[in-house]
Amino acid sequence: MTANLQLTEDGRLRHLLTLEGLPARILTQILDTAESFVSIGEREVKKVPLLRGKAVFNLFFENSTRTRTTFEIAAKRLSADVINLNIATSATNKGETLLDTVANLSAMQADMFVVRHASSGAPHLIARHVAPHISVVNAGDGRCAHPTQGLLDMFTIRHYKGGFHNLRVAIVGDVLHSRVARSQIHALTTLGCPEVRVVAPRTLLPRDVDSMGVHVHYTMATGIKDCDVIIMLRLQNERMQGALLPSAGEYYKYWGLTEDKLKLARPDAIVMHPGPMNRGVEIDSGVADGKHSVILPQVTFGIAVRMAVMSMVSGGGA
Amino acid sequence: MNLPDPNQLIDSLVEKIRPHFKPGTAMLGIHTGGVWVMEALAERLGGDIPRGVLDIAFYRDDFSRIGLHPEAKPSSIPFEVEGRSILLVDDILYTGRTIRAAMNLVFDYGRPASLRMAVLVDRGGRELPICAQYVGATLDLGRHVSLIRDDAGELKLELKGEAT
Repeated sequence: MTANLQLTEDGRLRHLLTLEGLPARILTQILDTAESFVSIGEREVKKVPLLRGKAVFNLFFENSTRTRTTFEIAAKRLSADVINLNIATSATNKGETLLDTVANLSAMQADMFVVRHASSGAPHLIARHVAPHISVVNAGDGRCAHPTQGLLDMFTIRHYKGGFHNLRVAIVGDVLHSRVARSQIHALTTLGCPEVRVVAPRTLLPRDVDSMGVHVHYTMATGIKDCDVIIMLRLQNERMQGALLPSAGEYYKYWGLTEDKLKLARPDAIVMHPGPMNRGVEIDSGVADGKHSVILPQVTFGIAVRMAVMSMVSGGGA
Repeated sequence: MNLPDPNQLIDSLVEKIRPHFKPGTAMLGIHTGGVWVMEALAERLGGDIPRGVLDIAFYRDDFSRIGLHPEAKPSSIPFEVEGRSILLVDDILYTGRTIRAAMNLVFDYGRPASLRMAVLVDRGGRELPICAQYVGATLDLGRHVSLIRDDAGELKLELKGEAT
């Protein structure tokens, strides 16, 4: 369903809603384009004129600092005008529907919506109803997808490992509630990663995990052994109250990435985390700041990847 | 129709450029053909000429119409642009739009002391007030012509498509 909505008739990227169903050709094109944008951050003028005169609306129905800020920087480096809307304190609270909000913003000559929403599928709904010249980029919807995070993770892996074809990648933690994990799994399998593992207690794995094309491990000892890439997921504090886990201390003991556990992975393994981190819960401070960690480069690469996505969905056909 | 041999055109370009080519002048080749011509020029001019590569995909004026080129490459300017004399190099000069984009790109790296331009072939058809200081050949073909490089690294000019 969504694959068609995301592509134009001639196979170009029209919206970015999910990585599920996107062909490897498009994913690779996004990563290659992002590569070209990385060096712009090091120039005298950190801008290119691609989106000059376009208005990008950041529609964040759910809080986010890092994602919203990097989308804003990305849009500004493409010379777009950026309008940030804090929806939590706006008309939605007065009863306006999502589509009415979008219709009103479209009437303000929007060219692109960057959407984060707590409900899965909200960006898809918007994409189905916007005018032909407006593009929608999903900045995280419910438990469904966080495609630009998935892409920047792929960019980071490719940057440090050169490719995907010989890699063992472990995704560790709360896979059940993680839209990031879903996007990562779709991207890794599409890009030809031969072994994607998910490592988590049973209570934090989705029921359909067997159909996701991943290897399931229930212990860190087997899960991260000989891995090239370890992606730690954030443990959301509210999960503690849901009786899914005994305590943060208990979680850290079994599932937290420590220096000792990291020794099980390959000596040149990289450690990633989408942020925000809970130090001492899913990851030890020493590991987060250690020589295997590429957590801060992930943030920097996120700008280039979001520039690539925004420039690819704009232009053409208008 | 017989097209000229690019190697001879490069030789004649070298003769035209050499008398004005001051030490410290840098060269920027426009991706892809311009880079080949720049490398050939640099080899024949000799010395250690600072060189860079421009990809103008992010500066094209037809982006909103045709979208982003699927194979945008990073530009690479491994020298300080500020205050530098720079020779832009391209293979075919036609509408001038590529050069307009290239000039904007260079200025986003700094303010050069001067920009000059060398092209292998000027085929007319300008849509902007742009001209090259050094021209290998002026050809009134009425058709698209492109520079190609075979596996052995030999350069060749080739006519493309119908008359324009």
